[in-house]
Parts: sequence; C-alpha cells; structure tokens
Amino acid sequence: MTRLKLATVWLGGCSGCHMSFLDLDEWLFDLAAQVDLVYSPFMDTKEYPEGVDVVLIEGAIANEEHLHMIKTVRERSQILISFGDCAVTGNVTALRNPLGSAEPVLQRCYIEAADIHPQIPQEPGIVPQLLDRVTPVHAVVPVDIYLPGCPPSATRIKAALEPILHGETPQLAGREFIKFG
Amino acid sequence: MTVKTLTINGQLISAREDETVLEAARDAGIHIPTLCYLEGVSEVGACRLCLVEIAGSNKLQPACVTKVAEGMEIQTNSERLQKYRRTIVEMLFAEGNHICSVCVANGNCELQDLAIEMGMDHVRLDYHFPDRKVDVSHDRFGIDHNRCVLCTRCVRVCDEIEGAHTWDMAGRGTNSHVITDLNQPWGTSQTCTSCGKCVNACPTGAIFYKGSSIGEMKHDRAKLDFLVTAREKQQWNF
Ligand code: SF4
Ligand code: SF4
Ligand code: SF4
Ligand code: FES
Repeated sequence: MTRLKLATVWLGGCSGCHMSFLDLDEWLFDLAAQVDLVYSPFMDTKEYPEGVDVVLIEGAIANEEHLHMIKTVRERSQILISFGDCAVTGNVTALRNPLGSAEPVLQRCYIEAADIHPQIPQEPGIVPQLLDRVTPVHAVVPVDIYLPGCPPSATRIKAALEPILHGETPQLAGREFIKFG
Repeated sequence: MTVKTLTINGQLISAREDETVLEAARDAGIHIPTLCYLEGVSEVGACRLCLVEIAGSNKLQPACVTKVAEGMEIQTNSERLQKYRRTIVEMLFAEGNHICSVCVANGNCELQDLAIEMGMDHVRLDYHFPDRKVDVSHDRFGIDHNRCVLCTRCVRVCDEIEGAHTWDMAGRGTNSHVITDLNQPWGTSQTCTSCGKCVNACPTGAIFYKGSSIGEMKHDRAKLDFLVTAREKQQWNF
C-alpha cells in the first residue's frame, strides 16, 4: 500500500488544535510510520502540494489569505477535515462578527485600544486584508469530515484519523467525539 | 379517573387520561427530547423538539402539550423526526451566538446536550451573528442574550413559582428577547426578589451566577423540584 499523504493547515485559529495534535504522543510514531507529512506548520514547506490524501484544517476563514489558501487546499486534497471549533463553527475567531464588518474591528483593536501610535496596519502583499465576516470552512468549500472541539482532544483526533488510515470513514458521535467547546 | 391505553414506538402503554404524551412516555421510560419543557411549570409548546408522529394524522404534534387518547399510536423517533429535530437545533445555534468554548455553561448545557444527541457535528445553516447584549446590572446574576434560546423557562418559573413575574418577552421575530420589568436593566428591577430560580431554570448559559467562569455555571434543577413538591403536596423533603 502506498503511504497516505497527510497535510495540516493553520488558518484563523490560535494553533491550539495543532498543539492538541502533538498530544497524540507516542501514537505519532505509529502515524509517522504510515503517512508522509507533506505540508504543515510543523515543517518547513512553502507551497501546498498536489495530490494530498488527507488534510486537517485548523481555524476559520478570516482574511484574504485564508480564502485563497482554502481554495487551493480543496483543489489539491482528497479528504478535507474541519479540525476544531474555529474551522467547524467560526468559534472565537468569529466573535468579531456581530460588530458588522472589518472596519469597526480594526478601529477597535488598533485605534481605540491602542496605548501608543494608534495606526491600522496597511502593508499590501504582506498583511492580508481582513474579510468583513469570519466564516466556518464549510461555508466556503465542501468539507468531508467534521472534528469539533476547542481543541479536539488527542483521543478525538485519533478517532478521526485511524479509520482513514485503514480506508474507512470515521463515525464520530456522542459527547466524547462531537461536543463543541 | 379513567386510564387510556396507547402505543409508543410499538410498546403498549397505559396512562392517566389527564397525562400528556410526554408524561406518559417518560413514565414508560421512553425518552423524548425537550427544551422549553420544565417539570413543575406550565407547558408552552414553543421549541418543537418534542414533536412526535401520531398515526392517522400528517401533522406532527408536540408531546409536551398533547393529551393522551385511547388507541393512539405514537412514533417518537422516526427518521423524519430525527431530521427535523437536528434542523431545529441547528437553527437555534445559527440564530444566536453560541461560542461553547467561552461559555459559562460549557459542559452543563441542555442545548449542547441536544446537539450531541442529534449528532450535530456542524451547522449547515448560515450563522446570523446577531448583535445582542449582556446585562450584568444585577448584584448576583447576569443575562447574556447571545445564549438565549427564547424557551421562556425563566418567565414561567419567575411567574408561577416565585410569583414575581419579573421576566417577560418583548419584540417579534428575530428581535424577540426576554426583558426584566418594563424593559429596564435587571439590576433596577423592582419586582425581582433575587431568588435565583430563573438561574436554575435556564437550560443554557444565558442566565448565570456572576463570577462564574467558562464551564462553571451548573444549574440546580433539584431546587425547583423541591419548591414545586413543597407547594403542591405540602411536603418538604430535606
Ligand atoms: S449556551 Fe450552551 S450551546 Fe450556547 S454557547 Fe453556551 S454551552 Fe454552547
Ligand atoms: S431571581 Fe427570582 S424574582 Fe428575580 S427574576 Fe429570577 S426568578 Fe424572578
Ligand atoms: S434566558 Fe434562559 S430560560 Fe430565559 S428564555 Fe432565554 S434561554 Fe430560556
Ligand atoms: S418541549 Fe415540547 S415544544 Fe418544547
């Protein structure tokens, strides 16, 4: 059997879901024996490769760069997993949505709340533009598997990945596997 | 009092004629999901989670306000009902701002329990992200309208058990919300006795003890049961 190509992507989230992934501890050895990690914040690659079998997406879609990235990821990946509450619901990243749009959020953070040098960062090509509304991943591209939790526990991550390694679809149900928060 | 016989999910049940389908089902150990229903206060049939199928009628009926009848054939968990229930729960999540990870009721919330029961691993509807307020003007309690599901349990418990009627509803459609007294800050309410019954009745993290942090808001429903038994049966079971 050819080894699965696994990727993990960090969009509008706090990296907590990735930290939880590291909590898989010694199972990471088993995983490493069965997959090739081809793209991840855990490694040094710039370009999202073609032909990815499974990808874990942490975070909501909050800026232009996320929007661009998620479309590329969807095109190049077989099984896309919404990894954690920010990806699944918008969660904390979407707390700003009731403010209406990007402008009042920037005003609030960089002008009203500034101690010194109030200024909204403007670096075209470097600092991506905020979207007016933060959305869960499935509002932008089709998602195959949902892995809720803030963050999903290592047990939950394993329950999602292990069946995929055997070519099966994970069945996540019940408090231990789909509770938000 | 006559006894009615009926079937629920094919199981033969007998119930008192004044019982609702929900009560009869619970007595028989059959689970029907509920949200606005709270034992001890009146039923309003507002949330529609307890909808059941009754043979001979295409219309789904809320079990909490439907009286039993002789020969009724009831289904509580058909595929159609499961589908509707999940959609109702998704609508509740989509129309409020439910950020469980930063909610006082995380892990102790009836809405969250329902989501788990319905197998809701994501919400298919678009989130509304409404701009709702938080009122912490009361000395001991707070209300976060972002988490309110408009079940009116607070309204009924305050009116029917405490007799204060501090809470009521205002607005229509997506502007519906609960208010205290004449739509004024809770802390300035002249009728609230600070008894805390609404805090224990609320199914979600909407009404909470001030100072509770994430996941710390536990509801003590037993306190309400105790009061209802004391009032109705004159029994004080310590
Ligand atoms: S009220 Fe319940 S469902 Fe809503 S955010 Fe709090 S824990 Fe989650
Ligand atoms: S604390 Fe008691 S009196 Fe005050 S609003 Fe709640 S139920 Fe009513
Ligand atoms: S505040 Fe709580 S009890 Fe009152 S209507 Fe809202 S969810 Fe129901
Ligand atoms: S519990 Fe019956 S309608 Fe809410």
